[in-house]
Amino acid sequence: MTTRSTHSSTAPIKRPRTIQIDSNGRLRHFIAIEGLPKTILTEMLDIAESFVSVTAQDVKKVPLLRGRTICNLFFEPSTRTRTTFELAAKRLSADVLNINISASSSSKGETLLDMLRNLEAMHTDMFVVRHSSSGAAQFIASKVEPHISVINAGDGSHEHPTQAMLDMFTIRQHKPDFSALRVAIVGDLRHSRVARSQIHALNTLGVGELRVVAPRTLIPAGMERLGVQIYQNLEEGIRDVDVIIMLRLQRERMHGAFIPSEQEYFQLYGLTEARIALARPDVMVMHPGPINRGVEMDSAVADGKHSVILQQVSNGIAIRMAAMSMAMRSRADAKAEA
Amino acid sequence: MRTVNEDVTQHIHAMGEALREQLAEAEISKPLMIGIHTGGVWIAEHLHRQLGLDEALGTLDISFYRDDFTRVGMNPQVKPSALPFSIADRHLILVDDVLHTGRTIRAAMNELFDYGRPASIWLAVLVERDGRELPICADVAALNIKLTEGEQIKLNGPDPLSLTIFEAK
Repeated sequence: MTTRSTHSSTAPIKRPRTIQIDSNGRLRHFIAIEGLPKTILTEMLDIAESFVSVTAQDVKKVPLLRGRTICNLFFEPSTRTRTTFELAAKRLSADVLNINISASSSSKGETLLDMLRNLEAMHTDMFVVRHSSSGAAQFIASKVEPHISVINAGDGSHEHPTQAMLDMFTIRQHKPDFSALRVAIVGDLRHSRVARSQIHALNTLGVGELRVVAPRTLIPAGMERLGVQIYQNLEEGIRDVDVIIMLRLQRERMHGAFIPSEQEYFQLYGLTEARIALARPDVMVMHPGPINRGVEMDSAVADGKHSVILQQVSNGIAIRMAAMSMAMRSRADAKAEA
Repeated sequence: MRTVNEDVTQHIHAMGEALREQLAEAEISKPLMIGIHTGGVWIAEHLHRQLGLDEALGTLDISFYRDDFTRVGMNPQVKPSALPFSIADRHLILVDDVLHTGRTIRAAMNELFDYGRPASIWLAVLVERDGRELPICADVAALNIKLTEGEQIKLNGPDPLSLTIFEAK
């Protein structure tokens, strides 16, 4: 018989406030889940809930950020994430600039700081940053003018906070009490910024039990300090869980021999309908996308009744609207105080 | 802070009767009712029952439509709007607790038009107070109250409903 642990003995250490919180304790930049209090995460989920109703309108936008300019700075290609950020900004009535750095003037020798200063001179109010280096969003947040907010759209193997929050939002829609949940995150934890953000978010929201499941080669050192239980056997790891979060096998980051082959990985760690039967009958299956069908999971599972993968995509817009409006509100507060 | 010595439910009942008369006069038989969060929804629930409206009560949160977002930020207690019907070409009764500057009603109308084009919008409020900043008035108002500078009036509820006047910070 299994019991639900609250893993209090391994609870994450409280860290000091970061650059992302303003003097009123409100979200100023959204760089990482780590270090944010539960109140801010819950508020983001609540505000996103309201934004879902916007899609029921004939006119699917609200005037909240009318006249503001949001710049998507993508140093690494990602059509899906950029599109949802762009749509979120447009649904808030902001003007959007999409800058694909590899095709921009950085190739002409312009430095990053020069580029930021130029974009600031164009009266940009927010940067959404995607970068292959961990810490890039934090670096940019530390360099921008005080009235500008930065949102991290994925930095190296550090964090991808809006993806984690849309996952939390999707879980809460189906299973509102996090303390009663047993969640398993399965797959390439070593390279996954999404997983790091998810672990911090689930811990902060008070999840009942959190498991990670992967071959030893794909589990980063020190992972157990994040308050998770580590399983190397998929069947054991997903037994009786309420939520299974599958991670994408990041082929582009597999420079070492982390797995023998994709076929063998699927045999040992691929999610199939037979394996899902080991979890709770109402288990939710999630994946941040894009799915490698036949590697992380069967098509029958990806498209099956337990899958909430497309809901995750829809919820991405509402969560990004919430993050943007919360960060912009901090700026409004600062102006009101001035 | 002081409690206004008024029987709020009796005033809501009077609002309902006034609405019934006005709608009959305008030959509107099937209006839709929409309450503005939070106090407006409490009052609308009473009126909806009293008028025996068939279709569900709609609720509106105007936080995303406020014209002062860039000055004061967003209300942290946002509640989702829910209009479980099409408002296109329908007669709407918009319900709020207090009509003050008129900016909330303007925001509510902006939001409603993002859902569709109604045939008409009627406005019913419990309290109409001084301080209008926009050319908006109520079709039905139970109480007209003049406050001194710095005073605000607030509906407490949902059960029991009561009005208090307090000094704004």
